[in-house]
Amino acid sequence: MHVPVTITVNGQRYEHQVEPRLLLVHFLREVIGATGTKIGCDTSQCGACTVLLDGVSMKSCTALAVQADGYEVTTIEGLANGSELHPIQDAFWEKHGLQCGFCTPGMILASVELLRTTPDPTDEQIRHGLEGNICRCTGYQNIVRAIRHAAGTMAGQR
Amino acid sequence: MYAPEFAYYRAGSLAEAGQLLQQHPGAKLLAGGHSLIPLLKLRLTTPPALIDIGRLDELKGISVTDGRVRIGALTTHAELAASSELAARCPALAEAAGLIGDPAVRNRGTIGGNVAHADPASDLPTVLRALDATIAVTVDGSERSIPAADFFEGMMETALGDHDIVTAIEVPAASAGQGQAYIKFSHPASRYAVVGAAASVTLTGGTISTAAVALGGLVPVATRADSVEQALTGQTPSVDTIAAAAAAVSADLGDDLIGDIYASAEYRRAMAPVCVKRALTAAVERAG
Ligand SMILES: Cc1cc2nc3c(=O)[nH]c(=O)nc-3n(C[C@H](O)[C@H](O)[C@H](O)COP(=O)(O)OP(=O)(O)OC[C@H]3O[C@@H](n4cnc5c(N)ncnc54)[C@H](O)[C@@H]3O)c2cc1C
Ligand code: FES
Ligand code: FES
Repeated sequence: MHVPVTITVNGQRYEHQVEPRLLLVHFLREVIGATGTKIGCDTSQCGACTVLLDGVSMKSCTALAVQADGYEVTTIEGLANGSELHPIQDAFWEKHGLQCGFCTPGMILASVELLRTTPDPTDEQIRHGLEGNICRCTGYQNIVRAIRHAAGTMAGQR
Repeated sequence: MYAPEFAYYRAGSLAEAGQLLQQHPGAKLLAGGHSLIPLLKLRLTTPPALIDIGRLDELKGISVTDGRVRIGALTTHAELAASSELAARCPALAEAAGLIGDPAVRNRGTIGGNVAHADPASDLPTVLRALDATIAVTVDGSERSIPAADFFEGMMETALGDHDIVTAIEVPAASAGQGQAYIKFSHPASRYAVVGAAASVTLTGGTISTAAVALGGLVPVATRADSVEQALTGQTPSVDTIAAAAAAVSADLGDDLIGDIYASAEYRRAMAPVCVKRALTAAVERAG
């Protein structure tokens, strides 16, 4: 069985026939070639696959592409405005919030969610907001610093 | 990981979901997918078809009538945690929902899927047992109500029949003098409950007139702690009465406690009175 889906990814519409069992993360990486979204654990624990569905964070390894039919998906590729980085991307660079970078796309999209729901978070709120994202090399301190920095920049832009 | 093949049907209404279930024997309902998709990927379940009810607005939202809070089955954990109505009327449920998994999990997981899946490590069944909730279920267009005490039958076993759809969860709104709390000792990676304790305490003139305590995580199915409740009723709350009542929980735990590589059954048994004491202390404080 194949079913038709129309999914808008970072502003661009994609229409495909997919197997119902196709995961959203495989739709992104393999069907449309947007490989910024990573697969880490594949068991919904590490957050490497985090994307936004209509602006709300979710783990794309634990969603079917058919569940995203008709929705808008935002991935790491969709955050920058041309060559101008999103404030959270810029803050991860500025505060050295990454080492190998594998967790970073998911970390950044989880941070978008965090700052959407909590624009001025405490360090504790930042740590709770990142509960579902695991980094195996940076050590979190700089990730927390980066998000605090981004919250400041984004508050200044409002 | 790839799930085995299955057919996919998206229901446009509750009635259509019911028809699709009749037409496709062995089909499973898909709500948020945060328990079903992991099971499919691990091939622990291989249904021939999924019926997606995830877009049925008629199953979403929270309403209050005559002292009862009705929560649509598709209401997400994030919505439960953010609801001011719930925080005022069923605070332990809002508190527990906010402790589920992580923000991305809470954005997808639904209360209906949570109760239908009946994972012993889930948080909501524990709270629903303590608050004497009922589960509204529909089949062939007729709705019936099942008390939580009868709904949760065992480890991932419920009273649901093959064609039953959970439509809502109903919880009595907290009355004056009632305090509630949910305390959870979480698994560090998944954040599922290793031990969870829900407490609801009503104070009348400074004494505990009713106490309801339920446990989850360490038992195969969410369980009321009768001995703890009896030890509290009629007492004046104090550090000592609460500690003594919490210690009584050992009598409510059978010999079928859950243990795994992270936390043994014995460890969980030792944690139970600690979680119960913390839940009672918070509930009493909020009741006063
Ligand atoms: C990483 C991770 C961490 C988690 N941590 C926690 C935690 O800490 N605490 C906790 O309580 N939960 C936790 N969960 C579970 C999660 O939050 C959801 O509660 C759970 O996945 C079920 O809801 P769902 O909407 O995703 O259901 P689905 O996965 O869509 O469905 C689950 C089962 O219920 C059935 N079903 C769904 N809706 C209905 C309905 N309306 N009527 C009848 N049957 C139905 C389905 O057929 C299926 O068998 C976690 C999940 C993940 C992936
Ligand atoms: S790959 Fe999805 S959470 Fe780890
Ligand atoms: S930067 Fe390497 S896993 Fe996070």
